[in-house]
Amino acid sequence: MADTVSSAGAPAMFGAKSYPAALEWIARRAEAFVIPLAALIVGMALFSLFIALVGKSPVQLYETMWRGGFGSWFSIQNSLSRAAPLLLAALCVALPARLGLVVIGGEGAIVLGGVAAAAMGVATSGAPAFFVVLAMGVAGLAAGGIWIGAVGALRHYRAVNETISSLLMAYIAIALMNHLVEGPLRDPASLNKPSTEPLAEAYRIGNIPGMDVHWGLVVGVIACILSWLLIEKTRWGFAARIAGGNVRAAQVQGLAVGPLIVGFTALAGGFAGLAGMLEVAAVQGSANASLAAGYGYTGILVAFLARHNPLAIIPVAFLLGGIDASGGLIQRRMDLPDATVLVLQGMLFVVILFSETFYGRFKAFNPDLWQRPVLLKGTA
Amino acid sequence: MSDRKKAVGVETIGMTMRFGAFTALDDVSIKVPAGSFHALLGENGAGKSTLVKCMMGFYHPTAGDILVDRREVAITSPKDASALGLGMVYQHFTLVPSLTGAENLVIAREKVPGIIDWRKERAALAQFMQRMPFKLPLDVKVAELAAGEKQKLEIIKQLYLGRSFLVLDEPTSVLTPGEAQEVLGLVRGMTKAGDLTVLMISHKFHEVTAFADDITVLRKGRLTGTGKVSELSHKRMAAMMIGDQPIAALDSRAPVPVGARQILTVKALKAPDRTGLKTIHIGALDVKSGEIVGVAGISGNGQKEFLEVLAGQRARDAGDVLVKGSPYGASRAEARTLNVRFIPEEPLRNACAPRMTVAENMAFRTFDLNEAGKPINWIKMSAIRDYAARLVEHFKVKTASLASPISSLSGGNVQRAVLARELTGEVDLLIVSNPCFGLDFSAVAEIRARIMKARNAGAAVLLMSEDLDELLELSDRIFVMSDGALVYETPIAQASVQTIGEHMAGHH
Repeated sequence: MADTVSSAGAPAMFGAKSYPAALEWIARRAEAFVIPLAALIVGMALFSLFIALVGKSPVQLYETMWRGGFGSWFSIQNSLSRAAPLLLAALCVALPARLGLVVIGGEGAIVLGGVAAAAMGVATSGAPAFFVVLAMGVAGLAAGGIWIGAVGALRHYRAVNETISSLLMAYIAIALMNHLVEGPLRDPASLNKPSTEPLAEAYRIGNIPGMDVHWGLVVGVIACILSWLLIEKTRWGFAARIAGGNVRAAQVQGLAVGPLIVGFTALAGGFAGLAGMLEVAAVQGSANASLAAGYGYTGILVAFLARHNPLAIIPVAFLLGGIDASGGLIQRRMDLPDATVLVLQGMLFVVILFSETFYGRFKAFNPDLWQRPVLLKGTA
Repeated sequence: MSDRKKAVGVETIGMTMRFGAFTALDDVSIKVPAGSFHALLGENGAGKSTLVKCMMGFYHPTAGDILVDRREVAITSPKDASALGLGMVYQHFTLVPSLTGAENLVIAREKVPGIIDWRKERAALAQFMQRMPFKLPLDVKVAELAAGEKQKLEIIKQLYLGRSFLVLDEPTSVLTPGEAQEVLGLVRGMTKAGDLTVLMISHKFHEVTAFADDITVLRKGRLTGTGKVSELSHKRMAAMMIGDQPIAALDSRAPVPVGARQILTVKALKAPDRTGLKTIHIGALDVKSGEIVGVAGISGNGQKEFLEVLAGQRARDAGDVLVKGSPYGASRAEARTLNVRFIPEEPLRNACAPRMTVAENMAFRTFDLNEAGKPINWIKMSAIRDYAARLVEHFKVKTASLASPISSLSGGNVQRAVLARELTGEVDLLIVSNPCFGLDFSAVAEIRARIMKARNAGAAVLLMSEDLDELLELSDRIFVMSDGALVYETPIAQASVQTIGEHMAGHH
């Protein structure tokens, strides 16, 4: 990169000294890795204080967390299972974020995607398994896509704040799900927990061979990779990044900002809907109130920690899945409430948002500042 | 508010300001005697605003002293400056538009009582206004005042707060020529009477000559000249400002060929303005190939809305926009087939994504095409970088690296990058708005030269500018836009600043 410019003769103003292009490349990318990592550490330190205040040992807590989330093959599989929906839920935040939108209502798309998939599963019952699962996936995608796509359309065409509308629409979605599973779609046999009719065993999504983790994990990872390709390598992704970087500049270039926003939000919602479908087809077996398990909200944290980079979502979702998975063990071993991990998530989120203010502040990550002293030494 | 204060004089001795390794101000001593009107000249980045910010207590100089009325003072905060009677009027208004003039004045005071006795305040204000040379309606909301009145109110606010040394930062940039004359004339009168000392930052030589006593010129943080206005020519002042760097010369103007093709046609265009309460109405406007049509006007008279309609950012209620005879809706496909290019004002805000790289920003127009000009779905970053490297070289964009975010470039280089993007390839229609706003001398000259070159190469150019000098230099014809409509048209040969100014102010 730097050498391309040198050959163009542009940075003559910076004098003789220049840095290897590779170093510059690494420095520019290191920022997005180091700052979230530091934020993670600070957040965990703050959480230690909280734990100490409740009179427990932070060391023991983190040790338990490690054991519950990552310490054994069993716990790793548990974490991966929880990471699967988080991958898709995080994409529901990350894709709109590249267009400059803050969508936080992925939970609604998950819930509706699950209900639509369950209904589709019942409706197509009797057909070949492959067809039923496919139809359920499409139904989940479509339901979530319409839901969050509507948020994008409201934003662009009617200037409704997408953060608020997506959150409020999540409440509507949950209410709609409750209405459907307790009313029209209720399986009369479900007495204590109103649910839709259970899927036949043949239509359930099974585990990845050799693991106690369902195929949803693979779907999530593929979705992340495809999303990365879409954003970084295609013309639509580039156009979306322009619109996200400055919507006026995109309009001046004649880019169709409206369709881009609706398309990206619909795709994002579709992924979240797919997460709901996987919860139904691989975990619950039917749609019920358990669909609103908070994956949509944890997904927000995952996306922000990953700086809305779809590839970075993969490890971060595993990490957060692990923290989530350790909740039960923490409860049993340390006599702390199950919600303890939610406190940790909340603290992490505040620290992550705060860390946004540090970008561009460190010289080590900003090669544009490196050359400057050289220039001044040369001329002064 | 308080008793009338006599003007104070201000001196700086050996002011030096360093930001890290960068020296913004290097041993600058200036002397502004009490009751004088002093002009501070210099290009962008010459250190003018650093100097006045040191005086106003916003910055703490690395070295140097400030003398007020020949006594050394320590100004460590804007509060100290205010206590000494030093005040500043900014380039852009700092009044609260939804409040009246009186309310703005009272809330600007350092100590506002918890409960304001408006009857008493109004009486005090009326008394204060009697001593002022300007008359202003103080019970009208600031939003309803004209720009000239707002600027007067800004000055009155400073006087009301008891300041007797004022820094005016390009005070006339938002005024019509007539308003500028009036405001500066009144201020001049106050300095002559010994009530006020003025230090004015300006780019406009004719204002400096007409109103100032002395000038000080800065270049690259150093003092490069000082003297009496009466003894200096504009040429001499310009030489002090820019040194001996070469300035791009304007191409000589090729005559507009007779029967040149009409490129842009606007007919009976109607669109809502920003507030939604008024409409802008463009009766008829046409721009031919090889001609620059300038649109003059004070900002806020509908130019922005008109541009937004042309750029497809604002829906229109009625009317036609035709380019080469075909309807133009500013889609990417239309812009591409009809060779329409758009250079909005403040390029970093309106034409770039600040955090994307220089290379990416330069590819905004062409990223979805391959070398042969065919649409592609998969982006090649290497092609984008190569393309940008060529343009950077050709348009002399100074950047540390193609991977730098474009926001790290100076204003002139951002504009060069945008020009490189928009002026490459065949251009039939070029729509430009305030292309040189806030840029330094050499960048301005180069950018105007590029626009003239595009014109001579056959492009039709629609140039909207708030800088009358720029319009007079570049245009073949000038329109005046006022209150949402084109109210006056003149060929350049018959253009007079006087008449144009009157139409800008809506006096016809």
